[in-house]
Amino acid sequence: MKCRVCRKPAVLDIRRHNAAFCRDHFLKHCAEQVRRAIKDHDMIRAGERVVVAVSGGKDSLALWDLLVDLGYRPDGLYLGLGIGEYSEASGHAARAFAHDRGLKLHEVDLATDLGYDIPRAAAATHRAPCGACGLSKRHLFNAVAVEHGYDVVATGHNLDDEAAVLLGNVLRWETGYLGRQQPVLPATPGFARKVKPLYRLGERETAAYCVLRGLDYQVEECPMAEGNRHLGFKEVLDSLEDRSPGAKAAFVFGFVDRAHEYFSDDAGAEREGLRECAVCGSPTTSDVCAFCRLRERVGTRAEHSQ
Amino acid sequence: MLRNPRREMEMPGPLTVSALLERLDVNPESVLVIQGETLVTRDARLSDTDVVEIRPVTSGGAT
Repeated sequence: MKCRVCRKPAVLDIRRHNAAFCRDHFLKHCAEQVRRAIKDHDMIRAGERVVVAVSGGKDSLALWDLLVDLGYRPDGLYLGLGIGEYSEASGHAARAFAHDRGLKLHEVDLATDLGYDIPRAAAATHRAPCGACGLSKRHLFNAVAVEHGYDVVATGHNLDDEAAVLLGNVLRWETGYLGRQQPVLPATPGFARKVKPLYRLGERETAAYCVLRGLDYQVEECPMAEGNRHLGFKEVLDSLEDRSPGAKAAFVFGFVDRAHEYFSDDAGAEREGLRECAVCGSPTTSDVCAFCRLRERVGTRAEHSQ
Repeated sequence: MLRNPRREMEMPGPLTVSALLERLDVNPESVLVIQGETLVTRDARLSDTDVVEIRPVTSGGAT
């Protein structure tokens, strides 16, 4: 295959674009997709402080690298989940990336700073570990961003993530979640703006970006995610994409451009019901926020902690 | 070499990347094929002595 742009030998084909690219033009393609996402959705404005939620995986390191490449100066935030060797390797990848480029990396360690880890939370709640993990990430990324005065939290959600979440939300007609599923969640009192600059890139592209840029990311998958529902949705979508290239992009971009507006009232109704958590002060629709309820069940709840 | 879980296997060449993935029953949308420090496209021909890594790209944790 030849590069669509320069006709040199290609290193990656992207069937949904009916194109292949050489290394240099593929890297430019990635930067262009991120630049376009940021511009189209007004994700980051001049002078704003940005923090990237960094897991040490391909998406977050690609995102951090791309934002730096595009001229931003984002800091990173790594959350130590306490998932054995997987977390140790992930933390190492995040720290090495930041160190090699002189970038600032905040770290929160669940076990040290909050008295629990994901395996313990999963055991205490008798629920899938991904639930406690996602809840902890959403709460702490925002809490640290607000505490340190960041305007924007950037996450590495890619096109495949968005397609899988969208499929899950549609299958259950989760209208509130559908109303909030956008490349940008605007800032509201107590919440920094949350942006997903990779939503136009598939995870095959973010992984390829890391390989071609020489970024040493955590290749192994989280052992606690094995067999989860999200992976099942991705498998179905990959199968669709193989038969019908462009299906995932059409699904997600079509929703963002033409269908999301039908659900925005449901998300707005939830936002209007927000009040302060009686324990930590974070915005919540209940008396006590879901994060503090999780900590209570794990037995580590502290008054007015993060 | 295949990842997640990590395992090694030998296949007789020559064959294309596309044929290799088909024989292994791997969806091309879910992997990268890496040779050295670069990637190879589906139409690339691999010989008996070529070594490639087939790396899954699907992440499935909390979102």
